[in-house]
Amino acid sequence: MKILVGVKRVIDYNVRVQINREGTGVVKEGVKMSVNPFDEIAIEEALRIRERGDASEVVAVGIGPSAAQQQLRTALAMGADRALLVETEDELQPLAAARILQKIIERELPELVILGKQAIDDDCNQTGQMLAALWGRPQATFASDLKIADGVATVTREVDSGLETIEVDLPAVVTADLRLNEPRFVKMPDIMKAKRKPLDTLPLTELGVEMPAALEAGVCEPPPKRAGGVKVESVEALIAALKEKGVLA
Amino acid sequence: MSSVLLVAEHDGESLNPATGRALSCAASLGEVDVVVFSSGADAVGTEAAGLEGCTRVRHVTRPENAHPLAATLAPQVVELAADYDYVLAPSTTFGKDLLPRVAALLCVPQVSDIMEVVDPRTFKRPIYAGDVIHTVRVPDGVKVVATVRIASFPAAGSASGPAPVETVSSSAELPSHTRWVGLAASGGDRPDLQSARRVVSGGRGVGSEDNFRVIYSLADRLDAAVGASRAAVDAGFVPNDMQVGQTGKIIAPDLYVAVGISGAIQHLTGIKDAGCIVAINKDGEAPIFEVADIGLVGDLFQILPELESALEGLDA
Ligand SMILES: Cc1cc2nc3c(=O)[nH]c(=O)nc-3n(C[C@H](O)[C@H](O)[C@H](O)COP(=O)(O)OP(=O)(O)OC[C@H]3O[C@@H](n4cnc5c(N)ncnc54)[C@H](O)[C@@H]3O)c2cc1C
Repeated sequence: MKILVGVKRVIDYNVRVQINREGTGVVKEGVKMSVNPFDEIAIEEALRIRERGDASEVVAVGIGPSAAQQQLRTALAMGADRALLVETEDELQPLAAARILQKIIERELPELVILGKQAIDDDCNQTGQMLAALWGRPQATFASDLKIADGVATVTREVDSGLETIEVDLPAVVTADLRLNEPRFVKMPDIMKAKRKPLDTLPLTELGVEMPAALEAGVCEPPPKRAGGVKVESVEALIAALKEKGVLA
Repeated sequence: MSSVLLVAEHDGESLNPATGRALSCAASLGEVDVVVFSSGADAVGTEAAGLEGCTRVRHVTRPENAHPLAATLAPQVVELAADYDYVLAPSTTFGKDLLPRVAALLCVPQVSDIMEVVDPRTFKRPIYAGDVIHTVRVPDGVKVVATVRIASFPAAGSASGPAPVETVSSSAELPSHTRWVGLAASGGDRPDLQSARRVVSGGRGVGSEDNFRVIYSLADRLDAAVGASRAAVDAGFVPNDMQVGQTGKIIAPDLYVAVGISGAIQHLTGIKDAGCIVAINKDGEAPIFEVADIGLVGDLFQILPELESALEGLDA
């Protein structure tokens, strides 16, 4: 079985993002970039499935600028067998990303695709679902547990009311939630080894994907600030403050 | 006037309150038909028909709709979508799972988490864990498919008279590749986290599942729902459905009490719309105090019992 995992290059989650002067986006120059944390979990899960003997190959796929090779190298260092970057300078939206992944699926014929449930830059939470729709295959989103047997994946999903379990026939798309696993740390020798693993790049223009309609991007602005509050010294003062605000009778 | 199809979220017995909030957003865009997919939940349709802003309830009953699976619901939404300018759902795990599948089948982009309607095609939505608000516009001639960030909209009130409920038959071909197995709901008697007026949340500082008793106890005193930070969920103190934040629940209670929570941006984005935020933390420098309306620095194990007994005499 072959597993395809998605790897998106995003601003590291520890960075406090800055809106650029024009208000058209956020500052990315000189900012630490990382693998989207949910994608890291997706990679880890694929590796564990391979290590259990349920898969033979893990292919990491990225869509982005040439610099996104860096994040694919991280995936290779974690243990992915090979990587593919669909190169584009454009910032693509989820529907376009799903179309591209669909094209890659037609070439690679994986039985399982694992993506992060959302990317922490645009926070869209769409790509996996869209890919599953375009592919005409099942989706199991927000996965916190994944078992595979006899061509069927049994997936526990973190939903608002608790933990839901569904069964999906493979091939399928699974999207990883935070508690699916804890990704491994990459060690120095792994980084060296990853340099020799195959990483192909393919210009988006050569893939022959027709770009779908996209949302028009408007301004970026900071969120409304909450007015600063007060610190109180005691429980009595806390209760008095709550009463003053009308929160307590 | 534009026409809006809003997909109702329910558990087979009652309408999820998220639907009522999404309806408030939907009603500002046009005439709203609320569609209920079920295997026979009449009560849900009746409930939806009683909400202000609902023009009509459309009830699609099929045995496959006994449980909400995106793969089986999406083709049925698409079947109805042709008649509408907008297809909306609440931005809950239900809506987040379903709507992108619908959008892709319709070959249109989706707007996730509408927090403000700027004009009929232009919306504000949070990105970067809510650190940036992005305005996006759906191009002319493209159907608007979007999820609604429920914390940004008030619950719809009750209508003066019920809207008509109409049964719609569906002949969409449904896949059998996705099967529902079960739901382990942690539930309980406490108020629902997403719609509660008051919420008490505990973080890593609470220390253990056992210690969480102090949180439950205070919550019960305040008739509040209980939430948690990711760290508290990851550590196994509480179940996953209590997580508040970027990747948990986005809530807007009148009162939010954060106990032993540092205030990471991923957590704060879930509580931005709370009326009054109270922080109890032993570290006076914790970032939670930057957003708290009222802060109290100290050991939660001392403060909480004291607070609870001080509340004893009050009609909280
Ligand atoms: C992709 C991604 C998504 C995430 N999504 C979420 C999310 O949805 N929700 C979320 O909450 N987090 C999320 N996080 C995690 C987030 O970054 C923080 O790690 C997390 O919120 C920290 O939880 P905490 O405040 O409970 O723990 P800590 O940051 O460890 O804070 C514990 C606090 O408890 C205080 N404390 C300790 N003992 C006591 C005591 N006896 N009395 C009083 N105070 C005490 C300490 O001073 C400290 O401030 C996400 C992270 C990533 C990378």
